[in-house]
Amino acid sequence: MGRIHLEAVRKTYAGNLEVVKGVDLDIADGEFIVLVGPSGCGKSTLLRMIAGLETITSGTITIGERVVNKLDPADRNIAMVFQNYALYPHMSVYENLAYGLRNHGTPKSEIEARVQEAARMLQLEPYLTRKPRALSGGQRQRVAMGRAIVRKPDAFLFDEPLSNLDAKLRVSMRGEIRQLQRRLGTTAVYVTHDQLEAMTLADRLVVLNGGQIEQIGTPLEVYHAPASTFVAGFIGSPAMNLLPAEVSGQDIRVGQTRVASCAPEGIAGAVTLGVRPEDVTLARDASSGVSLKISYIEELGAQRLVHGTVEGQQLTMAISPSEPLSDTVEIAIASDKLHFFGSDSGARLNR
Amino acid sequence: MKRVQFQSRWVPYVLLLPQLTIVCLFFLWPAGEAIRSSFYLEDPFGFGSTFVGLDNFKTILSDPEYFKAAAFTAVFTFLVAFFALSLSLLLAVKADKVVKGATVYKTLIIWVYAVAPPVTGLIGAMLFDVNIGPFTHLAHDFGWDMRVGVNYYDTAFAMVVAAVWNQIPINFIYFLSGLQSIPKAVQEAASIDCRSSFKRFWTVTFPLLAPTGFFMLVINITYAMFDTFGLVDVMTKNEPANNPVTLVYKVYADGFRGNDLGGSSAQSVVLMIVVFALTIVQFRFVERRVHYN
Ligand SMILES: Nc1ncnc2c1ncn2[C@@H]1O[C@H](COP(=O)(O)OP(=O)(O)OP(=O)(O)O)[C@@H](O)[C@H]1O
Ligand SMILES: [Mg+2]
Repeated sequence: MGRIHLEAVRKTYAGNLEVVKGVDLDIADGEFIVLVGPSGCGKSTLLRMIAGLETITSGTITIGERVVNKLDPADRNIAMVFQNYALYPHMSVYENLAYGLRNHGTPKSEIEARVQEAARMLQLEPYLTRKPRALSGGQRQRVAMGRAIVRKPDAFLFDEPLSNLDAKLRVSMRGEIRQLQRRLGTTAVYVTHDQLEAMTLADRLVVLNGGQIEQIGTPLEVYHAPASTFVAGFIGSPAMNLLPAEVSGQDIRVGQTRVASCAPEGIAGAVTLGVRPEDVTLARDASSGVSLKISYIEELGAQRLVHGTVEGQQLTMAISPSEPLSDTVEIAIASDKLHFFGSDSGARLNR
Repeated sequence: MKRVQFQSRWVPYVLLLPQLTIVCLFFLWPAGEAIRSSFYLEDPFGFGSTFVGLDNFKTILSDPEYFKAAAFTAVFTFLVAFFALSLSLLLAVKADKVVKGATVYKTLIIWVYAVAPPVTGLIGAMLFDVNIGPFTHLAHDFGWDMRVGVNYYDTAFAMVVAAVWNQIPINFIYFLSGLQSIPKAVQEAASIDCRSSFKRFWTVTFPLLAPTGFFMLVINITYAMFDTFGLVDVMTKNEPANNPVTLVYKVYADGFRGNDLGGSSAQSVVLMIVVFALTIVQFRFVERRVHYN
């Protein structure tokens, strides 16, 4: 069973450098969890602690029913896929796949069957006798995947497995990893700093910041209700607009401009107002009262990103490329899609 | 890479000249001289020489002393290469794991490399001295009446120990850098795939070190056969008669002590052929050297 449970897990490196600061996480069997966060936030460290490649300073990690804190990586029944694949360069693809099974005392016929099955699943059959150096990046990536699945582990651990591939291959491998994981029903913990990869792969996202969990939730929950300004700025591309605003009664003002008058109950005073670029539109009538002074425009083909300022504050909107624009445009903000955050704490205030 | 074009086509030759001069003066010329005199019988008193064809070669190849020295050289080379390589590999593997005090540990091993072979011989001779050598005393405590410089086998033993001791540091440096060039992630992948660190070493680390290892093997054979001259000289205390000598030392002893220049030249021609063979093996290997990734 591939349930993984982390309780108050901490990691302190020499010199009192705390990089994982008390993480609690419950991963259900078969779930696809993505750890996402900026560089240096401790994602790899956390994953490597689950794998057993890094010692746990305090707290407990349970895989299945066993506390694995003191277990060797080989005894945890996990499989890991590394960023640069970490294939054994002196072994053929077949041997790379079979190596772990041999060392776990799997019978010969069983090894043969599992390797052939994995090779078929990953379309590696023509390459079984080749050495890794004679494979392309994508093929090496598949071998690394194959090495993980032949073991039939309790959990797959991925540390940015796609970041060495070109953009197109990354998208197709992403899909394959997702399908494979669904088919096998194996728990997966996947580390990435690519928020798009995180959104598309995850059953649940874990957003890490500075060694702490900022938010856990499904990709849509995290997208639609980010728990903090950090998450709001990190998830979603282009990033959410964050503007200092003042709430009095129903009115929400940025500087002197009233941008909306629909503030929910219980929110007042200085806040950080969050607006997704796609929730900003051009105003139907010219009297919306919010004018955006355009600085520059980015054409994405299907969309047009308009960057400008409202009352001197940066604001980006994503609109259809067909709409005509002048230097200054009147805009409207979808009032039911507003996000309010504490101006000091950065924590979410509404809903 | 950017190619530098010389203005004058003479410049490269001028730049090569010092190196070429050295090669000619200290290598090609003496080698040619040795080959020439291996076909002559030199008068012991320096009054001219007679052409004798292959006689010198026939003489050395029918001399039991020569075969004794050849056999000793083979055994000596094997033992020195084997122990110098395996001990230094062991030390390198351990040093690779050391985190605290790693620099001290490495320095302690590497400094021995700064000791020249004759000095190794001197230190060895002192440590194994019949009267005051601590190793001799130690051997005595175990009931071994060790007489280095007198007893053939005891001298051979001391020579092997001193040569191994002298050769470990350079092997250590190469092995350590070889170990450190193995990607960490590969080691980690192996630690997930295989519980036993012993087995992991033989199935992953060792094969990945093999290119370094083969290169080191050639270096060690060359060292044991040729560079141990000074060590042998000190250890045998200038009495090569009852003591084991290597082929290189025999060239010197026969030529300069025994005044048999023709015979000793023939011996050095044989050694030249050995060096030639070793070089070919090494070049062949470097050419098709296994480059993982
Ligand atoms: N052995 C170590 N000793 C000291 N500090 C370390 C060590 N390994 C990692 N760190 C520090 O721990 C922090 C977290 O590192 P980690 O590798 O987990 O980051 P990450 O989230 O995976 O980043 P990235 O996205 O760049 O891979 C970093 O600030 C790093 O400098
Ligand atoms: Mg990382």
